Amino acid sequence: MFQKRIVVCLDVRDGKTTKGVKFKGNVDIGDPVEMAEDYYRQGVDELVFYDITASAEKRGIMIDVVRKVAERIFIPFCVGGGIRTLDDITAVILAGAEKVSVNSAAVRNPSILTEGAERYGTQCIVLGMDAEADPSMPSGYGIVIDGGRVKTGKDMIAWAREAESLGAGEIVLNSIDADGTRDGYELSATRLVSEAVGIPVVASGGAGVPRHLAEVLTEGRADAALVASMVHYGDYSIGAIKKELDAAGVPVRLD
Amino acid sequence: MITVVDYDAGNLTSVETALRHLKAEFRVSADPDEVVKSDKVIFPGVGEARHAMGILGNRGLDDALRSFAATGRPLFGICLGCQILQDHSEERDTELLGLIPGDVKLFPAIPGYKVPQIGWNTVRHDESVLFEGIPQDSSFYFVHSYHLSATLADGSESPWVCGRSEYGITFAAAVHRDNIWATQFHPEKSGPKGLKMLSNFIEKVK
Repeated sequence: MFQKRIVVCLDVRDGKTTKGVKFKGNVDIGDPVEMAEDYYRQGVDELVFYDITASAEKRGIMIDVVRKVAERIFIPFCVGGGIRTLDDITAVILAGAEKVSVNSAAVRNPSILTEGAERYGTQCIVLGMDAEADPSMPSGYGIVIDGGRVKTGKDMIAWAREAESLGAGEIVLNSIDADGTRDGYELSATRLVSEAVGIPVVASGGAGVPRHLAEVLTEGRADAALVASMVHYGDYSIGAIKKELDAAGVPVRLD
Repeated sequence: MITVVDYDAGNLTSVETALRHLKAEFRVSADPDEVVKSDKVIFPGVGEARHAMGILGNRGLDDALRSFAATGRPLFGICLGCQILQDHSEERDTELLGLIPGDVKLFPAIPGYKVPQIGWNTVRHDESVLFEGIPQDSSFYFVHSYHLSATLADGSESPWVCGRSEYGITFAAAVHRDNIWATQFHPEKSGPKGLKMLSNFIEKVK
């Protein structure tokens, strides 16, 4: 039986895992390689690492992190943050990541999706989208970039469809409104995107309790659910989340 | 010596990393002679069938893989490497190596089943040395738009299928013919069960 994926997201700054709320104020919470290994042992299905390193000269640290992660965990993982060029994509793929997530750079230069897909296959290229409620947009949601600071004027659904046609093989939809609140995922936005595209959609932002994942994986029609705070602070293990999803009738990998 | 065939496949690094973790002795090679002279060959792959066949042809690796298979020594294909062992792929109408009879087809459009299939799916397997110690319905990681048909051209069950999965339809997740083994999923990315399978190929498959 095909299963819904639970994805843990680690924001990495200067080689350390960090966590912030609505992109304001970050605190270091651990070593990303050790945390990745721990989640692997707990049975996570996939990992995402976002490099939020501010200075360009420290970006090499992230490649070291990726290399070490690839040596220790044997499940797929994705790397995003600061990916602007095909060379950036190549660097993380060669370091051992399966997938690369492109966000702001894809809005500024959509052809990077096509270049990446042509070189490494669409399964490698993930579009990260930050969406916020915007009544002026046809879908009711607009795309923002640069950590939510800049409105792009792009409609969420139009951008999702365009990115799919350009070569994105998967979409991570992050709700700016829900991010860090732990009040639940943005179900209607997730469902809109998932029904508008033929590629898998990973819901992100707002997870607080396992019920939130069950909701977004059923009502929200997401193929995968991304979690961060609810597991980083020890409130829930991956096993505990999966047990609840299984009880709620959501197919998940329990072995 | 185990040789991992180098034809610029996308998952080469992951396969190498998994083999190092398992402390396997192996080399990565694009040299046809080295491939033919190996004790075992792992044939990885992520990508597009016609492009891959082109590279294999340019490097003389298509003939090398056929010659190696004819020695009777163990060969293991992964993902695109698994598909390439078949006869033909619908992906840009591509002739494949023809080492295991069967065809590679695009997943049909079925509501609720996105293409590509990306994620974990359970596999129901026949008893074999490759699946030794792996429970029925274990989950493995798949990434693919094209699949190995579980039936032959005449509609009969393929005798070469040794693992089956469901994705709207039943498809072949693993195939086996004599000394040739192959999986559509990625054992190198399927956690401890996947590593167990790679270890079975390294240690137990003769």
